[in-house]
Amino acid sequence: MLYIPGNNPAMLQQGGIYGADSILLDLEDAVALNQKDAARILVRNVLKSINFYNTEVCVRINHLDTPFGLEDLEEIAPLQPDAIRYPKTETVEELAKLIQIIEAIEDKHNLPHDKMTIHAMIETALGVQNVFEIAKFSKRVDAITIGGQDLTADMNIKSTKEGSGIDLARKMIVMAAKANKIDAIDTVFVDINDEDGLRIDTEYAKQIGFSGKAVINPRQIDIIHDVYMPTEEEIRKAYRIVLEFKKNKKEGIGAFAIDGKMIDAPIMTRATQVLELANIDFNSI
Amino acid sequence: MKIIKKAQSGSFESSDIIVLIEPVVEKSGRNIEIDSSVMLEFGDAIAKLILDKLDEYNITDIHLIVKDKGALEPTINARLETAIMRACDLQKGTL
Repeated sequence: MLYIPGNNPAMLQQGGIYGADSILLDLEDAVALNQKDAARILVRNVLKSINFYNTEVCVRINHLDTPFGLEDLEEIAPLQPDAIRYPKTETVEELAKLIQIIEAIEDKHNLPHDKMTIHAMIETALGVQNVFEIAKFSKRVDAITIGGQDLTADMNIKSTKEGSGIDLARKMIVMAAKANKIDAIDTVFVDINDEDGLRIDTEYAKQIGFSGKAVINPRQIDIIHDVYMPTEEEIRKAYRIVLEFKKNKKEGIGAFAIDGKMIDAPIMTRATQVLELANIDFNSI
Repeated sequence: MKIIKKAQSGSFESSDIIVLIEPVVEKSGRNIEIDSSVMLEFGDAIAKLILDKLDEYNITDIHLIVKDKGALEPTINARLETAIMRACDLQKGTL
């Protein structure tokens, strides 16, 4: 997920060509306080007329406790981007308020309530403590994301490359997302010149269960895709597992073995996830 | 709509446009100055966008200067709208 500053026309109009799976048009931290109106109007115009191809489009609005949040929603929600990212989500009460406002806007414009989803961003210790409840609160919440920089500031700890101070928070966020069958998106790696560091950080994010990672520069996209993309060997193995599973299922056999290793439901689930990442349709096998 | 104060929007960055607006004496009309890095190719199109936007807000008296660095239509429209809202003191949700 590529962050694009909401007041930068050059990056906004090119958002769909960087190769990111998802772009985040940012009205919050990337916009100066005296340019909030300009960014909001620019993003609204861009959403109306720029083709982002197959890239998922998400807009990060300002928090409703600021003078900008409500106006952001009123301008952006009618255009129904794929998702609204809500910063500094701390409680289900504020999530309820957000959804109530969004649905009132959708009703006013005769729009459905089930198209645009919400990404709840966890950036404070209180948000981390409440993350499971936040993740399960509404079907509209389809991703939980972590804002590492704000979280380290809230915890009054030093921001480090390995992110040891926020490690527990990352794992709690992943667990809450997985428990509710939604996505968990990792925080950005801020040193854009440290490609090895980005690779190590992304490998760790993948290992602990994050579904993806946010980036602040298009140069970081390829490394993240490289880490998340299954290897040819993994794809072949997954393909074989699914093929055998389908054959055995026809014969009424649940668990079976490949190369001496038992294949059961969890391994099958993992194999389908690998094929999904490789864009191979399960039904075509 | 009446222009009541000087206002500005946009930037000199590539793909952006800077819009400057100032109030003028009533019934003095529209004084529009356009400078663009793509003036030969798109000068007329930029002028039309400006006139359409002024018509949309029913602005008849204005001094408007634009310096364009290759902005696309949505950016031009957004910067014009921002500057007009600011000049008419109607901007919402900002500082």
